[in-house]
Amino acid sequence: MAVVFQKPHALTDKELHYCPGCTHGIIHRLVAEAIDALQIEGETIGVAPVGCAVMAYDYFRCDMVEAAHGRAPAVATGLKRSLPDNIIFTYQGDGDLASIGMAEIVHAATRNENITVIFVNNAIYGMTGGQMAPTTLPGQVTQTSPYGRDVATAGYPIKVCELLSALDAPAYIARVAVNNVKNVRNAKKVIEKAFQNQIEKKGFSLVEVVSSCPTNWGMTPEKALQWVEDKMIPYYPLGVYRDKTAPAEEKEA
Amino acid sequence: MAEKVLMKGNEAIAEAALRAGCRHYFGYPITPQTELAAYMAKRMPKIGGVFLQAESEISAINMVYGVSSTGKRVMTSSSSPGVSLKQEGISYIAGADLPVLIVNVQRGGPGLGGIQPSQSDYFQATKGGGHGDYHLIVLTPASVQEMADLTALAFDLADKYRMPSMLLADGTLGQMMEPVELPEEDPHLIEKPWAVTGTKCAREHNIINSLYLVPEVLEKSNEDRYERYKKIEDLEVRYEEYMMDDAEYCLVAFGIAARVAKNAVVALREQGIKAGLIRPITVWPFPKKVIREAADKVKAFISVELSMGQMIEDVKLAEECRKPVYLCSRSGGMIPDPEQIITLVKNVEGGM
Repeated sequence: MAVVFQKPHALTDKELHYCPGCTHGIIHRLVAEAIDALQIEGETIGVAPVGCAVMAYDYFRCDMVEAAHGRAPAVATGLKRSLPDNIIFTYQGDGDLASIGMAEIVHAATRNENITVIFVNNAIYGMTGGQMAPTTLPGQVTQTSPYGRDVATAGYPIKVCELLSALDAPAYIARVAVNNVKNVRNAKKVIEKAFQNQIEKKGFSLVEVVSSCPTNWGMTPEKALQWVEDKMIPYYPLGVYRDKTAPAEEKEA
Repeated sequence: MAEKVLMKGNEAIAEAALRAGCRHYFGYPITPQTELAAYMAKRMPKIGGVFLQAESEISAINMVYGVSSTGKRVMTSSSSPGVSLKQEGISYIAGADLPVLIVNVQRGGPGLGGIQPSQSDYFQATKGGGHGDYHLIVLTPASVQEMADLTALAFDLADKYRMPSMLLADGTLGQMMEPVELPEEDPHLIEKPWAVTGTKCAREHNIINSLYLVPEVLEKSNEDRYERYKKIEDLEVRYEEYMMDDAEYCLVAFGIAARVAKNAVVALREQGIKAGLIRPITVWPFPKKVIREAADKVKAFISVELSMGQMIEDVKLAEECRKPVYLCSRSGGMIPDPEQIITLVKNVEGGM
């Protein structure tokens, strides 16, 4: 019988610990598919964050390093400076990358470190039980913004792609979502490009993946995906924010 | 025998690190260790190495974590406030069993403190420093020559025991110039099968990690690490004894304080008072045995330090309440002079 669908080789057989309906599973798969498609599993070293994806080191079949909270871009810098011909990626959440790790991501970007960053934005701290994140939307209720995020006291969400695009250096910055089939297919292409850029030594590539957290949003998986469409994407518009890798004529198209 | 050259302590560390095969350095500017980073910035690009000025001490230590994960020799250097910032990373490095070298050219504290020499990070260096159960191997040079020699040793010990080592110096040693015979270019590099270098699809993946959510497993990993620590305490203690054969008053001092103490020993002997010195070279592992043995022979111990009295606690633990232990110290960037030590010893002798 012909195999028509199987797990990417770059994922191990370890059972994922993620909650039902969580989109980390899809994003892990997309990263693994990119690694398979580009045939780079043997050269790839991943850096796991602190947050829901903390145990990603058990799920990817490539060599893995677990970083302290927010420090993955610095750890990845060390890995890449030591092994410039290997493929280094970080997998980070919004609390990790956009709050405690803001300095590390900005400076890795401005050095144009030739690494690939997968940034999962689900607008909440998931692992610790649903606290306000730097990307929590105005008015969004979380455990630490029980009356809704009040921008007067808690400030506004951080738009990472827009912020990093203000820098001269980074090669590629894009925001995708995984809330429907069309968006997942596009995310797959963009994530693969972010790895391809590194192979071609183009420099820093970051893909923000707008994601959902049914458990901590208090929604069914289906409603959570709809909330991504209705609330998240209008605040975090999808698209390519920076692409220094494309030839000039392509850029205009 | 190699030729002697005149070098600053900070530069001697840098050159010795290069000769020990270190090709990756990450740091952040801070006085009084800047010459070390400057030396690396100048030399690394010429020899195919990496010098990177990080955005923070925190990033620098995490870059060190990254390079060490790949199995290569790597170091960072800083001074007291900067080393405090590195503590998170050092704890992770210890937890992930990674060999790295951290240099602390100490200055006075707490807080922003000052920029003059100090030994007041002794507790931080010898008792762990960050969160969790762990130690560093801590070596304390007392001359520019030892800055070089102990740098090479620190890399070897870190690799051998798969753990971070620290060179605990101070602003005086970092800044002063002395003739130094640099070690031969002879790195003792060892195989590191645990390193992440890419699986080449030919082995199971390696994981560098300090997370163990199952308490039994975490406890076991701590116990395994402490087994290694026990071995280090048995095998790697280093110290110097100076005029201890017939000593009645035992000064205990490391680093720059030991040099002052040596002068005091000589002066006291000239005045007919039998003083001697035990100079710990490793402060973790601490030379407990030699101090315990001395306790049966001497009348008193005097801990000489550039702090409000930190090592004195280890001296007291080591000598097991056998004899009185006195503190002779200055802090905040001040250095005790031999006269202060001599006066104290005379007072002790006179029945203080």
